[in-house]
Order: sequence, then structure tokens, then C-alpha cells
Amino acid sequence: MSVTANGPTVKGPKRYENPRTPQGKAGKWADERLGLAGGARKQLNKVFPDHWSFMMGEIALYSFIILILTGTFLSFFFDASMTEVRYDGSFIPLNGVEMSRAYASTLHISFDVRGGLILRQIHHWAALLFVASMTIHMFRVFFTGAFRKPRELNWLIGLGLITLGILEGFAGYSLPDDLLSGTGLRIAEAIMQSIPVIGTWVSFLVFGGKFPGNEIIGRLYIVHVLLIPGILAGLIGAHMALLIKQKHTEFPGPGKTEHTVSGERMYPTYSAKAGGFFFLVFAVCAALGGLAQINPVWLYGPYNTAQVSSGSQPDFYIGFLDGSTRLFPSWEIRVWHHTIPAVFWPTVVLPGILFTFAGAYPFLEAKLTKDRAKHNLLQRPRDVPVRTGLGAMAITFYAVLLLSGGNDLIAKAFDISLNAMTWGGRIGLLILPPIAYAFAYLVCLGLQRHDREVLEHGIETGIIRRLPNGEFIEIHQPLGPVDDHGHGLLQYAGTPVPKKMNKLGNPHTSKVRGFFYPVREKAEIEAELAAIEATEQERIREEHRELTD
Amino acid sequence: MTDDNVDSDAADSSTDSEYGFGPAVADTAASTSAPRIRAKRGGRGSLRRKLTSIAILVGALTAVGGGYALLAPSSGAADTAVSAADVEKGRQLYETSCITCHGANLQGVADRGPSLIGVGSASAYFQVSTGRMPAVSQGANNLRKDPKFTEDQTQWIAAYVQSVGGGVQVPAGNLRADDADLAEGGELFRLNCASCHGATAKGAPLSAGKTAPGLNEATDSQMYAAMLSGPGQMPVFSDNQVTPDQKKAIIAYVQSMKAQKDPGGASLDRVGPVTEGLVVGTVGLGLLMVTILWIGRKS
Repeated sequence: MSVTANGPTVKGPKRYENPRTPQGKAGKWADERLGLAGGARKQLNKVFPDHWSFMMGEIALYSFIILILTGTFLSFFFDASMTEVRYDGSFIPLNGVEMSRAYASTLHISFDVRGGLILRQIHHWAALLFVASMTIHMFRVFFTGAFRKPRELNWLIGLGLITLGILEGFAGYSLPDDLLSGTGLRIAEAIMQSIPVIGTWVSFLVFGGKFPGNEIIGRLYIVHVLLIPGILAGLIGAHMALLIKQKHTEFPGPGKTEHTVSGERMYPTYSAKAGGFFFLVFAVCAALGGLAQINPVWLYGPYNTAQVSSGSQPDFYIGFLDGSTRLFPSWEIRVWHHTIPAVFWPTVVLPGILFTFAGAYPFLEAKLTKDRAKHNLLQRPRDVPVRTGLGAMAITFYAVLLLSGGNDLIAKAFDISLNAMTWGGRIGLLILPPIAYAFAYLVCLGLQRHDREVLEHGIETGIIRRLPNGEFIEIHQPLGPVDDHGHGLLQYAGTPVPKKMNKLGNPHTSKVRGFFYPVREKAEIEAELAAIEATEQERIREEHRELTD
Repeated sequence: MTDDNVDSDAADSSTDSEYGFGPAVADTAASTSAPRIRAKRGGRGSLRRKLTSIAILVGALTAVGGGYALLAPSSGAADTAVSAADVEKGRQLYETSCITCHGANLQGVADRGPSLIGVGSASAYFQVSTGRMPAVSQGANNLRKDPKFTEDQTQWIAAYVQSVGGGVQVPAGNLRADDADLAEGGELFRLNCASCHGATAKGAPLSAGKTAPGLNEATDSQMYAAMLSGPGQMPVFSDNQVTPDQKKAIIAYVQSMKAQKDPGGASLDRVGPVTEGLVVGTVGLGLLMVTILWIGRKS
């Protein structure tokens, strides 16, 4: 199925210049005016490698498209105004309540606009999915070393995308002006004010005066629908352009080199796959939007500075900062007659350190390993135990913070004291990451050793033999040529090693059939295989001769 | 049926201003018979007329007064008429189930249970009807469980506690305001209750193992009793802070919220972003991971 990145053979100038089909004529018409055929041919023939782990970023891309589609619909009905109105709509328990137009229009979308609620819910689910898929995409890039030269810039762009995605999500979460999101904004205000020296001014600048003021929803709306989406779209464009320019990385394996890329052409196979995948992502978002209620703002009530609900949580992507705030001790420091509130450290300093470190990581790793080469082949996580350990450490740190962000609900669900949860989180935050590092490091070594063992001794066949002296041995199937002691000669190359007999495949039946019709005829394949077998035998005999000489 | 009769009769003789009592009398059998007599006989004799109207007046006053005594909240009765027999039954239950920790005279027992003098029937009713009393153990958190006593028995115990120590009582009658007050109830709920019980009344933990319980199973009278008596960590919301009508509005709001269907689909327990995040991480990403494994299977 794989093809290499050569253009298809052109079938003769005549047909090319005088197309007969309607599509061909349309193409010619467009090309004569736009002159894009040459470039398009090159792009459409780009080859994309095919591995499941490469599709996580696609989830994020498709979520972004879904967000734009559903968000456009919502913007037709949403009124980003903080003008007070008396609600008079379908939701009886809030009838007559004073609220902002933002909240009232959100209720209107939820109850009185046809399809409004499901689109609101799809939008919110897609937003969660957008950040979640960017996060796991980042994990994949990290653990496989895809950020290495020449792709450090794309790593930084990706980090920018996640940061902006989080901000974008927070802005959207705040727009309905309900009690939950208003509490979130209040906390955001506290975080801004905690910044030494400039905090108060930052807060005044953002809110247009004292909290909550009459400005913030309108401002967040423009940030949410224009500013950040615009930057996101630009950065996604740059991210993709760099990807196409630098070509996709791929895992090492037979026939894979640093200078070639193998996989499917952009058109038609890859684009068909990607298009199908887009609809599957849309299906998951739509199913969630239709089946699971998200952010039921009508239950929370309109925002009122005098009210607060227990269990007020941000959406999950802010959860780690909520968690860090809950875990951090209430240390207030006074420096030169300035108070630095405790909230400053876990909400400003900590994410600052985390994101700086994440951005610097590719450069730090290159510096520490003195690796300045270009890398187009990925590394398996097990082959770089230190990096994998660091990643496991970071994920554990993040997970403890995230869980602590919901520690009140965990405490309630499992009947644990909230104080115990807080202390558990504090201790866990310090001791679990090193444990995760050690564990991941050892697992990597173990996996490597197992690969080496299979290369050396072959695959366990499950066939037990009893020797004449009574000893039982298991027969191993060598993966390749063996030396005099029966040890395999294949070198460890950081590629997947088959561990089971049926992973070796059966050349006589595998990949003969396509979905609708045979891809190739059986006889043809068998002839080809026989030829390969013959040359291979010849090569092995040759090698043996060399070794025995 | 009798209402119709009376109303039509009253309409027939609308000139008789005395019969303005008609609708109010309608509840009692005695009063319905009186207008009937009048209508049939249609007597015009002044003595008979006077006697009839006096009889009606007396009947009406008796009915209204009696009805008021039975139904209206008063400083005396906790619920519908508390009889000495009920108090006596309550005493017997108290002495078999409560006396060990609360003492023979409700004065409390050191290290076991607090004094019940002055807590009122509201507190006793709340604690017993929610199953919190009798308690299984001494601890930070006395959670709701299946009640050990029937509703009647609970009322008797409450009546006994009230008769000995006095205190706040849940008024009789309907404790739930109608839909017109839902909005006010919601505002009051978010202002006074949501900071612990949560905006969706799902409850939340407090410090050191204590909890503000969810209100899923709370009945009208339990909520009212809780507001009056302030069980556990909950403050007392006296009638001066939150008037009886406001309490009823809060109860109406909570009950309507609990009864509401979730228009958006599965409620995810209405606890907000934590379960939503959990769902997107497991169901959403889970389904898509299966999808990409399926798409990437051939490579």
C-alpha cells in the first residue's frame, strides 16, 4: 500500500492539454486563470505516514473546525452585554429575576432557539475535546522526540496553541455570565491582583474599573470570537505549513530512513481518511452534545457578586491551577511594604515555570545530549528512558494538580476528609513524580531488554520439547540468521520487534484482499514472494560464507 | 357538591346580606344544612329569620374558629393537634431509644449527647426523620440514613421533646410556596444555601470530614426544620432572617429544581465541570482513541 514520494507518470501531453471530462475541463478552466496546478500537484502528492498516534493532533484540528461552525451559530443569538434585564422566558424558575443580557440570551439559546441547546452543548464538548486532544498530541510529540531539530519551532507553536486554547476556553466559559463562570472571573481577578506592584492596575485595565463592572463580558466576547480564534487560526496554519514543509516524522522500521518519508498520498487516500475522521470526531462531539448535559447555566443562576456556590470548578483545562491553589499553603509574604498574596505562587509563578520549562525543553535536551543532528525518524519512548521518565514525571505532577482541583468532589464521593485530600495532594505532588520517573525509567529498560532478548533468542513458540536427558526446553523461532550458538544476528535498531508467532505474518494470505476487490492476484504475489525468498536465501548463504570464512 | 348548592342558594337570595358568610361556611356539614332549610321553607317570619341567621352566624364562627385552630400555625402545636397521648407515646419511644445519650430529662449526657432543652420539635423531627438519630457513632459527620421510626413515631418523639424543653417548631400545613415564588426562592437559595449545599443542591464537603449534605432526598418539612433548627454545621435561619414565606419559597425552588428534567441529556450528577471533564477524558477521548487505533490499524 505504501508509495514513495514520486509524482505519477503523466499519460501523454494530448490528454493532459485537452481534457474531455467535465472535471477535467473545470480543472483546466481554473488552472488557466489561477495557475495553481503545479503547486497543487506537488501538495496533493505529498505523502503522509500512517500511524495511529499521528492522529491526535487531527482531533484538535477537527474540534477547532467544529468550534467555529457551532460558535458561529451561537453568535447569531448571543448578546454580550451586561445590561440588566428582567428575565421573561420559557424557564419559569428564573422568571422575573434580574440578570445580564448575556445570561438572558444564553437562556434564550438554551430554551427558545431551535437547536440552540444541542449546538451550545456540542460547542462546549468540542472545546473540552480541543484542549484535551492538544494535550495528548503534545504527549505524543514529547515521548517520541518529534520536537527535536528541525522541529523545535513547531513545538513552540504547539505550546502557544495550547496556551491560547486554554485562554480561549476560559473566555468562552465566562461569557454566559452565570454564577459559576462569574465566580471563575472573580478568581481570575484575584489572580491578577496578586501580581506584585502592577496587580491592581492590571485588574482595572481588564475589567474597566472595579470588578465586575459593565465591560468584561463584551471584552471577553471579542477576545473569544475574534482575537484568539484569529491567532489560533494563524498559528494552526503555521503549524501545518511547517509540518508540510518539513514533512511528517515517522517511526523507524525496515526501509525507513532519515531522508525519505513513506505513507499515503495526500490525495486521494489520505484526504479521504482525514475527511472520514473529521466526521467521526464530529459524531463524537454531536453524540456528547445530544446525550450528556454540559454547563447547565440555568441551574446555576445569574452572576451576583454576593453569591457563591460550593463546588465551583473551572473547566478541566484550568483544573490544574485550581488544584495548585488548593494545595499551596497560605503563605503571605511582605516585601518592602508590599504583600505578595499566597495565590500569586500557584497561579502565576507555577504556570509560568511550567510553560517556560516546556518551551525550553527541546533546546535543553539538545544542549545536554549534545545532539545537534536533524531528526526525521522518531524514537520509541523505551529507547530514551530519561526523557520518558521526565515525561511521566511531568504528567504525574499535572495529574496530582488536576485531581486536587476536584478534591472536594472526590472527598464527598469517597467520604474522605477534605483536609486529608489536601494533605494527600501536597505530599503526592512532591513524592509521586520522582516515583513515576523511576518507574517509567525501569519499564523502559525492561522493554528494551525484552526486545533484545527476542532478537537474540527468537520468539517463544509455545512448543515445549523434552530432551533425552529429561530436560524441558521451549523452542524459540529466530527472527533472522543465527550464529553458531543459535543466537540471532539482528542488531537492536529501536524498531518494533515481533513478540508472537502470529506477528510474523503469513505471506501467503496477508494483504491480498482489499475491501471490495482483491488488491492483487494471489498467483502474482506468490511469484513475487518466491523471488524475494530466493534472493533472501542467496543473501543469507552469502553472509554465512563470509562469517564462516 | 355541597359547595355548589350553597353557592346557588346564596346567589338566589343575594339580597340577604347576612348570607355573605356562605362560602366560608361551606366546609362544615352543619352549615350546609342551614341554608337548605332556609331555601326550602323560605320563611319570612322575623323571629324565625333571626334565629336562622344567628344559627348560621354561630355555625360560621365555629367553623372558621375551629378551622383556624386546627390549621393555622400557632405557638402551641407542632403539627396537627398534638394530644397528651401522642406526647406520652413520644415519651415511651424517647425512653427506649434516646435516653441513653440525651438523659432522662433531656439534659444531655457528658461525652454522649447534647441537651435537648430548647432545641424544639423542629430539631427532633429533623434528626429523627432523616435517620441521623439515633446515631450509629460519634463523629464529625452524622450522615443521612434510613429512618428508624415511622413518620407518626417521629412526630410523637418531636412532640415529647417539645413538651419538655420547648423551642422552634415546624408549622403545620403546606410548606411549599407556589410557582410564582420560584424566582424569589432561587435568589434566596443562591444567597443563603448555595455556598455550602451548592447551586444545584448536590452538597459539598466542609472542613475536617464534615459535609453539607445534598438535598436529593430532603422533604419539605425536613428542609424547613433544618432551616429553623440549624443541624450540624448549618446556621439557624430564624423567622426574622428568612421569613416563613421565604422559607417556603426556598423549599419550592429546591423541590422544583430536583423535579426538573435535564433538557441537555444525562445530568452527570449536575456537579459541573469535574464530571464533564471526566466524561470528555474517558468517553470522548476514549471513543476517538479507539477510532484512531482502528484507522491506523493497517500501518
